[in-house]
Amino acid sequence: MSVDTATVKKVASLARIAISDADAERLAPELNNILGWIEQLGEVDTSSVEPMTAVIPNVLRLREDVVTEGNQRDAVLRNAPQGEHGFFTVPKVVE
Amino acid sequence: MSDITDLGVASLRDGIRTGKFSAREVADAFIVKVSKGKALNAFIVETPEHALAAAKAADEAIARGEPLKPLSGVPLGMKDLFATKGVQTTAASHILEGFEPVYESTVSQKLWDAGAGMLGKLNMDQFAMGSSNETSYFGNVISPWRRGGGDNAPLAPGGSSGGSSAAIAARLVPGATGTDTGGSIRQPAAFTGISGIKPTYGRCSRYGVVAFASSLDQAGPMARDVRDCAILLENMAGFDPRDSTSLQLPVPKWEEHLSGDLSGKKIGIPAEYLIDGTPTEIAKLWEAGIAWVKDAGAEVVEVSLPHTKYALPAYYIIAPAEASSNLARYDGVRYGLRELAEGQNLQEMYAATRAAGFGDEVKRRILIGTYVLSAGFYDAYYTQAQKVRALIARDFENVFSMCDLLLTPTAPSAAFALGEKSADPIAMYLNDVFTVPSSLAGLPAMSVPGGLDAGGLPLGLQIIGRPLDEQGVLNAGLAIEQRAGFAARPEAWW
Repeated sequence: MSVDTATVKKVASLARIAISDADAERLAPELNNILGWIEQLGEVDTSSVEPMTAVIPNVLRLREDVVTEGNQRDAVLRNAPQGEHGFFTVPKVVE
Repeated sequence: MSDITDLGVASLRDGIRTGKFSAREVADAFIVKVSKGKALNAFIVETPEHALAAAKAADEAIARGEPLKPLSGVPLGMKDLFATKGVQTTAASHILEGFEPVYESTVSQKLWDAGAGMLGKLNMDQFAMGSSNETSYFGNVISPWRRGGGDNAPLAPGGSSGGSSAAIAARLVPGATGTDTGGSIRQPAAFTGISGIKPTYGRCSRYGVVAFASSLDQAGPMARDVRDCAILLENMAGFDPRDSTSLQLPVPKWEEHLSGDLSGKKIGIPAEYLIDGTPTEIAKLWEAGIAWVKDAGAEVVEVSLPHTKYALPAYYIIAPAEASSNLARYDGVRYGLRELAEGQNLQEMYAATRAAGFGDEVKRRILIGTYVLSAGFYDAYYTQAQKVRALIARDFENVFSMCDLLLTPTAPSAAFALGEKSADPIAMYLNDVFTVPSSLAGLPAMSVPGGLDAGGLPLGLQIIGRPLDEQGVLNAGLAIEQRAGFAARPEAWW
């Protein structure tokens, strides 16, 4: 399976990373090299095994459905690049 | 006493306790070392005030005759992956530059609650992605070690916990936190002649640890010897309701139960870890390690872990897949960098922010992860990798019915020069060939220094244990430490 520059651009767009045409040209062979190397996994017979879901057996705990650390609006917003009136702000998304 | 900074965690703790020196003297001595060690670039932020406050608390407790805490007055380095309240936490990335968490990670909080102080935030590979500390936005960490014979080429301190390893080896800190996703505690420990343990997955809380690959990430201590690692781990581990994968188990008294007597233990030597191209010095060190554990009373058995060669390719699907998901949070909205040119819309802001904020290796892994998780490829890559991961874990389960511990080299080479492998991602990834399999299986594993290569650079031995058997791992580490007699240290050039 070979990744071309169009695929690199598609994947970068899915990952929300802006890349230039030159970046895509450079990345295509790099990614192909890595993907070619990991494709050796195809050799392994995995027909008798389930995919791993938990590395150490553990139970998912439930807790009471109550607010534990609420009312921290200012702390939550403290590192925001832009915040106004107690909200995160972003460029306009609805016309 | 010649120099306080020659002492490790246990000696500092005990010396403060018995009044041999004050905690203030300890803090001052290390603060001076940190300030003189800038050429190593091991720190992103220095926090002498934090270390001094912990020292003051310790000295005041002594003056009042109050009982001391387990680490009262011991100053440590904190890998920059741990969120520290009010102190910049970046994971060595541009996208988090200036980020000052409003909360403390559980592991760092536990250390402060135990009386330890912080000398600073340690440099690392960006988002813990790297094996040489060359991916940090804040510049390479330089190993304090140099090859013999007048070769002054700057060497890699290993990665990703390269600031931690360099700072400990150079005696800037007596101990530090590290994190290990595929070898990021053990490989840098091996490269710099120190010890480090990755505990069983779930022992240390991941709360407040900047996430890379959540099913693999584990915090652990790095220090100059096995006892110091045991002390630090006891004060880092423990159940945390804030981490859904935290193990609800008591923390054993690892230090108290340390013993280098391996009588009755069976130690497995996995045939698959003898790979083509391993330097003969590493094979010889492995032989020496086998002789040392036998001398300590262990029986040595040959074992087989047949899926070992598939661990690295499986890791390089699973870890980037998890990273592509975890790093989606860096969007220029809630924290960190925002890139927004006049007239750009929200989607363009995301893409521009992430393009400017992530380094090349991070982008490479996000793209690989996004690709293997994308429609049409998910089963062929990700599901297959998780199945292979199950087979790798089963290999370990099988051998642990025949032996108690495994002994292997930690890394396939000694430290390499900066720049030597950075052009070839796969050559860099191969550094973790011996450490990744136990990460995929969530097992406790540690590296201890075993000796030097012909160039005078440290080489490490790795011990891998059953789930939750940190004690067995530490004890075997101690047995090797007692016999290896590793006393080499880098000569100060910085």
